[in-house]
Amino acid sequence: MKLLFQAGTIVDPSQGWNKKGDLLIEDGKVARFGKLKRQKSWEIIDAKGLVIAPGFIDMHVHLREPGREDKETILTGCQAAAAGGFTGIACMPNTNPVNDSEALTLFILQRAKQADLVNVFPVGAVTKGSAGEELAEIGQMHRAGIVAVSDDGHPIQNHQLMRRALEYTKLFDIPVIDHCEDKILAAGGCMNESAVSTRMGVRGITPAAEELHVARDVMLSRSTGGRVHIAHVSLKESLDWIRIGKRQGAQVTCEVTPHHFTLTDRDIKDYDTNLKMSPPLREPEDVEAMLGGLSDGTIDCIASDHAPHTSLEKDTTFEEAANGIIGLETSIQLAWDRLVRKDVISIPRLVELCSVNPSRILRLDRGTLREGAIADITVIDPNREVTVDAGSFKSKSRNCPFNGWRLVGSPVMTVVAGRIVYTISHGLKVE
Amino acid sequence: MALRGRHLLSVEHLTIPEIELILDTARSFKEIGTRSIKKVPALRGKAVINIFFEPSTRTRSSFELAEKRLSADAVNFNVSFSSVTKGESLIDTGRNLQAMNPDLIVVRHSLAGAPELLATHCKGSCVINAGDGMHEHPTQALLDALTIREHKGRFEGLKVVIVGDIAHSRVARSDALLLTKMGAHVWVCGPPTLIPFHFEDYGVSVTYQMKEALEDADVVMLLRAQRERQQEVFYPSTKEYAILYGLNRQKMKWAKKDAIVMHPGPINRGIEIDPEMADGNYSVILEQVENGVATRMAVLYLLLGAGEDTGL
Repeated sequence: MKLLFQAGTIVDPSQGWNKKGDLLIEDGKVARFGKLKRQKSWEIIDAKGLVIAPGFIDMHVHLREPGREDKETILTGCQAAAAGGFTGIACMPNTNPVNDSEALTLFILQRAKQADLVNVFPVGAVTKGSAGEELAEIGQMHRAGIVAVSDDGHPIQNHQLMRRALEYTKLFDIPVIDHCEDKILAAGGCMNESAVSTRMGVRGITPAAEELHVARDVMLSRSTGGRVHIAHVSLKESLDWIRIGKRQGAQVTCEVTPHHFTLTDRDIKDYDTNLKMSPPLREPEDVEAMLGGLSDGTIDCIASDHAPHTSLEKDTTFEEAANGIIGLETSIQLAWDRLVRKDVISIPRLVELCSVNPSRILRLDRGTLREGAIADITVIDPNREVTVDAGSFKSKSRNCPFNGWRLVGSPVMTVVAGRIVYTISHGLKVE
Repeated sequence: MALRGRHLLSVEHLTIPEIELILDTARSFKEIGTRSIKKVPALRGKAVINIFFEPSTRTRSSFELAEKRLSADAVNFNVSFSSVTKGESLIDTGRNLQAMNPDLIVVRHSLAGAPELLATHCKGSCVINAGDGMHEHPTQALLDALTIREHKGRFEGLKVVIVGDIAHSRVARSDALLLTKMGAHVWVCGPPTLIPFHFEDYGVSVTYQMKEALEDADVVMLLRAQRERQQEVFYPSTKEYAILYGLNRQKMKWAKKDAIVMHPGPINRGIEIDPEMADGNYSVILEQVENGVATRMAVLYLLLGAGEDTGL
């Protein structure tokens, strides 16, 4: 089985490529690049005007299975990922039960294999039950296939435990992904503390709740040599700490979500619960800082923090509503429209943020179109205009604040190990 | 003339002419409360449901009296005995109320935005916000404005001081918005732990010092002191609060001689207000309560009855 992308623009920062040409895929691997003479038996894809990139990886996704299959399953999450242009997703362990064991990791991988669409990379819990008390059996989960550990949603408050986690994970060369939030400072709050929270009469969370833990993680990473990955950075000050850490040689990386580089707390209207998330939407200066961090290299990845919820959790008052929005099916469109088209970042930098860097941080054998590499490919049409329609999402949930937005630039094809799993014209393909 | 909106959810969207209309209407309704038969047929045949998700005696009684004086059929939906405590969602409660086809719903809730949510889901009814979380309490601000206007005859140039727990107070927010809109210069004063973030954005002045707050004040409005909220403590002791912020004769000397003292109630005698101040000549606290009924009558009337032949 051979697949030829003809006359596309191949963007592969892992080899410094940003050039036009043909790319041949053979037996699920990248075979050749150049000006190739087509053969009858090959499947030909006219890639004129399209960007061919190593497969995009969303390293922060909540799949909700096991436990809340009404919100999302591993299957529907994989479908949403494929439709959103992602060839791989890392799924957070805050399911019910929490993924803190080899058995659950194996279950997730098995379900992903049954879905047979995109790569699923499980993230294990740092502590048993994500209770923040004792380390989970990280080694055994690692043997089963986890690519990182995180107590996302239940951030580790105990500094000594965080230090031990950073030390212990050095054994496996995996990062600790931290949702940075001091629970005492954040207690009772449900949005950014600002003039907006005051006006809405809703308890705010002081930005210091995030900043404190980012600074802590930078310090602990530096002193232990462990790898920390700061999830969904939302504050200018957090980026300042990360810059300091990187300059000092700390093993610190970070991600930003599309909503934190497009929306601010000023956008919260009529107590719309689809604008409630953790960390909360911040101020315009913070969005500016995110754009700065994306362009100057401080931010390593774009990740969606895809957090599906049903109307049970969202059709209620702002204070009672659950945190989070879905993002797999809007992430790349938002990044293209808001970052590439507005010249915040170049196309190769986008590929670095969405493919090369997540792959490097999670130590995956992806993120490249080198000859012989696994042929995970994301194809983007830079000129395709889309209107976000949450009703048509593959995800089971609809908690999306971007519904109705018109965006230019969209993934149009997703290829996993040489197999086309999604095209925008024909939808999901399962052979 | 009537109000533009179908609901009264916040004072934020009221225009100055609308506020004046409500106050003028309230003034004319006040007289009804002094008649021997305290009832007019203005809202005959209109059904009003009062649903209070938070305990309230005074506000609810005030609304109920206002409804009855206008001949509306008032029903109290008692939350503590209802399905709400059995886990029914606010939206479902709203839909059930809606199915009974009331003309108006008065709602109080401990969470900000709840009346707005109810208004979205009860399309056929008008909704009045009787206080939602730390967000707003529009009828309180209107009755305060009426009381101030009766005593001062104007808003322009008045120094109005609100003292106490500004951070958790919906009354402070609604008063600050409304009185600033009407031209008063509003000051808020309290310990730094109880001043909300960026409150200056309301166009008010902020001070932690009672002397600065009270100097040349025309109106002194005190809020109820509550030391603990959600397990958090905002000042060391009630005694210390009373020393720093409790209004007494001595502190009152800083204010203008003809200043008035207000309080949305219920008052903590001896804490935020000295008994002498609560009962003295300065105090208009009970007038506020009286004006509350008239103001609520005005709002009910303007939302439901204005424009129709009401046989007033």
